[in-house]
Amino acid sequence: MSEQIKMPQLGESVTEGTITKWLVQPGDRVDKYDPIADVTTDKVNAEVPSSFAGVIQELVAEEDETVQVGELICYIDTGEKREDSQNDDKQETAGETDQKEPEPKEEQSMKTRYSPAVMRLAQENDIDLTRLQGSGRGGRITRKDVENHIASAPAPEPEPKTEEPKEDPARYPTYRTKPPEEMEALSEDKEIPLTQMRKAIASNMVKSKEEIPHAWTMVEVDVSNIVAYRDRIKDEFKEKEGFSLTFMPFFMKAIVETLKEFPEVNSVWGGDKIIHKKDINISIAVAAEDSLYVPVIKNADEKSIKGLGKEVYSLAKKARLGQLKEDEMQGGTFTINNTGSFGSVQSMPIVNHPQAAILSIESIIKKPVVVQDDMVAIRSMVNLCLSLDHRILDGLICGRFLARIKEKLEAFQLDREHIY
Amino acid sequence: MAVMTYIEAVTAAMREEMTRDEKVFVLGEDVGARGGVFGATKGLFETFGEERVIDTPLAESAIAGVGIGAAMYGMKPIAEMQFADFMLPAVNQIISEAAKTRYRSNNDWTSPITVRAPYGGGVHGALYHSQSVESLFNHVPGLKIVMPSTPYDVKGLLKAAVRDPDPVLFFEHKRAYRLIKGDVPDHDYTLPIGKADVKKEGTDVTVISYGLCLQFAMQAAEKLEDEGISSHVLDLRTVYPLDREAVVEAASKTGKVLLVTEDNKEGSLMGEVAAVIGEHCLFDLDAPVQRLAGPDVPSMPYAPPMEKHFMMNPEKVEAAIRDLAEF
Repeated sequence: MSEQIKMPQLGESVTEGTITKWLVQPGDRVDKYDPIADVTTDKVNAEVPSSFAGVIQELVAEEDETVQVGELICYIDTGEKREDSQNDDKQETAGETDQKEPEPKEEQSMKTRYSPAVMRLAQENDIDLTRLQGSGRGGRITRKDVENHIASAPAPEPEPKTEEPKEDPARYPTYRTKPPEEMEALSEDKEIPLTQMRKAIASNMVKSKEEIPHAWTMVEVDVSNIVAYRDRIKDEFKEKEGFSLTFMPFFMKAIVETLKEFPEVNSVWGGDKIIHKKDINISIAVAAEDSLYVPVIKNADEKSIKGLGKEVYSLAKKARLGQLKEDEMQGGTFTINNTGSFGSVQSMPIVNHPQAAILSIESIIKKPVVVQDDMVAIRSMVNLCLSLDHRILDGLICGRFLARIKEKLEAFQLDREHIY
Repeated sequence: MAVMTYIEAVTAAMREEMTRDEKVFVLGEDVGARGGVFGATKGLFETFGEERVIDTPLAESAIAGVGIGAAMYGMKPIAEMQFADFMLPAVNQIISEAAKTRYRSNNDWTSPITVRAPYGGGVHGALYHSQSVESLFNHVPGLKIVMPSTPYDVKGLLKAAVRDPDPVLFFEHKRAYRLIKGDVPDHDYTLPIGKADVKKEGTDVTVISYGLCLQFAMQAAEKLEDEGISSHVLDLRTVYPLDREAVVEAASKTGKVLLVTEDNKEGSLMGEVAAVIGEHCLFDLDAPVQRLAGPDVPSMPYAPPMEKHFMMNPEKVEAAIRDLAEF
C-alpha cells in the first residue's frame, strides 16, 4: 500500500520549508520516525521523520526545492494490504448508500453552492452560511433564506461580543479589532479633507503604533548649570551669531555623545535583523501649524553645540516655510522631540519608524529639590522621556542610556565647557 | 372610465390626437373607408375625411417615405403597416432616413412620424402575418420602439408617440387586439416613452416582459401567488431604448430573473436586457438569468399544434417562474 509523506508543520508560523538534502533514496527501507530529509525553514533546521515504516518509492520534492506545509514530498510503500480491506469497506458502504441515502444526498448537493447575492449578504452581515438551512433545489441556500435569516435574527451583536475575546485573547488590541465607528459630520461640523501631508503623518503613526511594541521611561535631570550658562551668554551669542541660542543644542550634544557610547540605541529595525547605524543622524520633530516635519541633522556627532544650534535653527526655519528637501528628511537614526517648547512636562512620543527610540525634552521648571542629602534648593529641573522599540531595546540598556545623559547634563561645568 | 379592448384604445388615441391637432393624419393600406384590416382606423375616415385618412398603394416603402417627408415638413403622420411582417420593404426609409434625420441635419430637421404595426402570432397567420420584428430595429439609435401590453398603456403611449418630436415605432400585438380588455380613462393623458412600469410587486422572482407576453406573465404570477410564489413583474413598455434603471432595480429586487418574449430566442432584445442585468446586478443575483422565448426557427408555423408549440402562453411562463423560485 502506497502512502504519501507530506511536508510537516515544523513550527507554529512556518508555512513552507526547503529540502536541503534527501537522506534516503527510492528503494531504501526506513522505520517509522527515521529521518528521511533535512529541511530548513525560516525558523528552524530540522529533519523530517518518516510517518510510516516501509520502502521509499519515489521522491517527489527535489533538493533545494521550497515546499508548502502539507504538500507531498515522497511516496512510501508500507507493504500493508490495506487496499483490499478498504475496497471491501467501500463496497459495503456503497451498497448501503445506494439503498438508503439517495434522497438526503440529492437534497444537499447544492448546499454549499452560493450565489453572488448570498455571498454578499453573508459577508455584509457576518453570517456563517454553514449554519443555515437552504430551501432551494438541492438544499441550496437562496438569497431569500439569508434575507429571512437576517430579518429573524435582529440582534447579532451579543454573539460577536462573547466570541471576540475568545478569538485571540493573547493579542493586544489593535486598530484592526477596534469596532468600526461611523464618523459622520453633522450639519454644523466642518469637514477638513486630508492633505497629502496629513495622510502621510497618519499612516506613519499607525504603522509605528501597530508594529512597534512601545515601552516608555523617564528621568528627571538637574540642568541648573546649563540654564545659568546659557543665560549668561545668550545675548552676546545672538549678537555675534545672528540666531538665538536655545537649550536644544545642549541637550542634543549630550545625547549624541551618549549615543556614541550606546550604539544599540542608535539602531533601526531591519525586519529579520537589527542594524546598528554607524552615522549618528538626529531627526528633530518640528511642528508647523498644520503639520509635522522631521528634518535630519546628519553626522550630529561631528558638530559643536553652536553647530547643532545653527542646524536646528535653519532646519526649523525651512520646515516652517515648507522648504525642506526630501533628502533633508531622510536617514535619521534617532529622534529628539522638543515638547518642552510648548510647556509639556511629560509626553509619550511615538517611535519614528524604523528607528529604535525617540526622546522628548520637556519644559525646564524651577523646583525645590533635595540636594546634598539634606538640603532643599531651588533647581532648574527637566524631564527626559524615552519611548523605545522593545523588540530592539530592553529596559536595562535604556536606563543606562538615560542615566548617562543625565550624568553628562548635570556635570556641565560653567568654565570648562564651551559651545564652539 | 370605460372598459376598452386593446384595439379600441388604439382607435381612441388616434381619434383624440387627430381632433387635438389637425397636423395629425393617418395613412396606410385600407385605413380609409375599410377602417383598416383589423379595424384600428374604424370611423376615422367618416370623421376626418379622405385628406386626413389616406388609403395608400400596396407599397410600404412609400407609406414610410411619404410619412417621413410629411413629418419633416411639420406634419404628424401616423403610418400604419398592415402587418409588421410587411415593414421590411420600408426598412431603408425607417433606418436610413427617419432614424437619422435629426442627427444628419444637426438638429435642423426632425421626423416626428409614428409607424404603427401589428406584430406577433397566435392568430393562425403563419409566415407573413405572425412575426415579431422588434429586434430588427432595437439596434438603431434615433428610433424609439414602444410595445404596450394593456389598453391603458396603448392609449397613453400612442398619444405620446404622436406628440414625440422623433420617429416612434409602435408595435401592437394583433392577438391582444380583442383578447385584452381594460379600463381606459376618457380624458386626455399620455405616458412617458422610455419608462418601464412595474405591473406587480413581488419578492421571489422578477419577470420582465412586454406586449402580449406581459399579460401571460401576469396570469401566471397571479396563479402562483396562491402557491406562495411571489412574482415581481416589470413591463418594459418601451423596448428601445431600454429603461435600464428600471431593469436593474427590478432584477436586484429578487435576484432571480425571468425574461419573456415571443420573439426567437437568439438575438432577441431580451439578450440586451440580460446584458444590462449582468453588467449591474452581479452581487444581487441569486440564480442564472433565464430567457423564455420562441424557438429559433424561421417562422411562426401554420399548423395549429405547431403554432401552439411556438407561441408563448401562461403555462410556459408559470413553469419557468416556478423553476426559478425553486432554484
